[in-house]
Amino acid sequence: MSRIEQKFAQLNEQGKKALIPYITGGDPKPEYSVELMHALVAAGADMIELGMPFSDPMADGPVIQKACERALAAGTTLNKVLAMVETFRQTDTDTPVVLMGYLNPIEYMGYQNFATAAKKAGVDGVLTVDLPPEEADELVAVLKAEAIDTIFLIAPTTTALRAAKIANHASGYLYYVSIKGVTGSAALDTEAVAEKVAELQALTSVPVAVGFGIRDGASAAAISKVSDGVIVGSVLVNKIAELSEQPEKIAPALTEVLKEMRSAMDA
Amino acid sequence: MTKANTYADLMQLPDDKGHFGPYGGRFVSETLSYALEELEATYKKLSADPAFQAEFDKDLAHYVGRPSPLYHAERWSRILGGAQIYLKREDLNHTGAHKINNTIGQALLAKYTGKPRVIAETGAGQHGVATATVAARLGLECVVYMGADDVKRQSLNVYRMKLLGATVVPVESGSRTLKDAMNEALRDWVTNVDSTFYIIGTAAGPHPYPMLVRDFNAVSGREAREQSLKQIGRLPDALVACVGGGSNAIGLFYPFLQDSDVQMYGVEAGGDGVETGRHAAPLCAGKPGVLHGNRTYLMQSEDGQIIETHSVSAGLDYPGVGPEHSYLKDIGRVNYVAANDTEVLSAFRELTRTEGIMPALESSHALAYGRKLAQSMRPDQHIIINLSGRGDKDILTVAGIDGITV
Ligand SMILES: Cc1ncc(COP(=O)(O)O)c(C=O)c1O
Repeated sequence: MSRIEQKFAQLNEQGKKALIPYITGGDPKPEYSVELMHALVAAGADMIELGMPFSDPMADGPVIQKACERALAAGTTLNKVLAMVETFRQTDTDTPVVLMGYLNPIEYMGYQNFATAAKKAGVDGVLTVDLPPEEADELVAVLKAEAIDTIFLIAPTTTALRAAKIANHASGYLYYVSIKGVTGSAALDTEAVAEKVAELQALTSVPVAVGFGIRDGASAAAISKVSDGVIVGSVLVNKIAELSEQPEKIAPALTEVLKEMRSAMDA
Repeated sequence: MTKANTYADLMQLPDDKGHFGPYGGRFVSETLSYALEELEATYKKLSADPAFQAEFDKDLAHYVGRPSPLYHAERWSRILGGAQIYLKREDLNHTGAHKINNTIGQALLAKYTGKPRVIAETGAGQHGVATATVAARLGLECVVYMGADDVKRQSLNVYRMKLLGATVVPVESGSRTLKDAMNEALRDWVTNVDSTFYIIGTAAGPHPYPMLVRDFNAVSGREAREQSLKQIGRLPDALVACVGGGSNAIGLFYPFLQDSDVQMYGVEAGGDGVETGRHAAPLCAGKPGVLHGNRTYLMQSEDGQIIETHSVSAGLDYPGVGPEHSYLKDIGRVNYVAANDTEVLSAFRELTRTEGIMPALESSHALAYGRKLAQSMRPDQHIIINLSGRGDKDILTVAGIDGITV
């Protein structure tokens, strides 16, 4: 059983849902990231999505675009993000880490080189936003050989037929994108999400987590009731942006946001 | 290197998944997959529909003013003392560039799909103007994304778009040029996918865009082939076109791909010189990667980040290139070369002074290489240079370089 599967099984037993925060690796500087990852876990995160910054984050709104710019300006590279996971793993062997980003840096490194390095670092899953299943066979196979899960997105525009195909490729969890839009967009419709997630859950035994548009305890609680987990990104990254000149205040700020979500979800 | 069995195989590309050999494809976030499948189906149906083709041809004739002439630049050829230079006059099209061929085609697709809103990215502003033009004609809402730096250096075109009723959104992120405009257009499309048709301005992006942009621009190559047979009595010895994303070049080249005696040259933006690293020549100096929905040659760092490009011409200032060009490079069908900014500016002045034709700075890249090529050839040989656009939009840039305030 992969670390991600184990985590979902464990949560299921406890009657809890997964809280999955996203931060961009190296934002605001590479040297802070590991500490922030540990702080997220202490505040109640079940898994972490760690962003691999990219120069052209086409699926992201301004908040995560700027996070990528800060991280890259501070010298973050894919190798450094892998090193963050490796350091994190030295003291946390329990919390799954999923790398999230765009395909090009992975292409440049080479699929096999990336998979080997990710395995060695202790990465559990990989989500490449611009790699739909039609183009993914090779990367999925290479990662699978290293026992790394490949997480795929499902969107409101995904047809039932496509969703079935995607579910076949997916392992770890499916990431349901709650709205048509980029990360950080507003307003999500819990009822519509519930309907779509139920359809997906009927299709597959892989857990379905929901991201985009979750900003506080209330939205996290509402979405966690109708899914297997919630992914929260832009709200956290916004805090990092506000505090990028006072980095010692970032961990407490993220902790506060996440704790509120955790207790609302567990209530 | 892979080698197509015969050049005839090239006419069948891309395959069902939008691949040109290892290039192309559809690398987009899931929200857009459905829209692209829908567009592919719509295009497949309409491109086989004689009524759609007839409407397209009619617009090209009566609205764009096609066919565009194949002009024998006799004086310039004589002065250079080499091959006879023929200019394919896409600059004489309505709105002043080849871009209108594609926007007419895509706007027809938008009309058939019933979407009330179109968006576009633009570099030099020519594609933005062409999109705003067809949107005005069809009564569609139009939003054009343009890098903030390009908004400054192509201010005339910005105002043209506004006069045509389009909203121009300056993009402040990244390098504030064409690639960032494309990112922003993709973000808009993800958000408004139900109501919006994305009119991509070059033969790049996710499948089916590289294919349909090529098909809509191929009218210029078909015309040039016929005109050449009629005016010269045979096919030309060589074709030369500038390559930004590659739409004017593939439009000219595609109908000649099987004519193995016709040499082809795609001219990228050499900026300060390819050896300086400050350029926009991914085919000459880049490596394959994935950006904006397709796998292709890209300008990138050792960490796979897209790097900033440099060119005097906003329309070529792009770190990627259409995937079909990447394949044509690998199999050796087309030679890709670069012209640097100083060569380009002198070609701009030379054509203006010897033929009374003021070319776009983009097209001046093709002229800069074409003049050297001509000089290496005999006077009984012929080359066709694609004059993809006119230079009015660049007058302020050239004046600025001359230190003159107009
Ligand atoms: C006149 C002209 N030629 C060429 C180009 C480059 O585009 P492409 O390589 O797609 O033809 C542009 C782009 O703005 C242009 O305006």
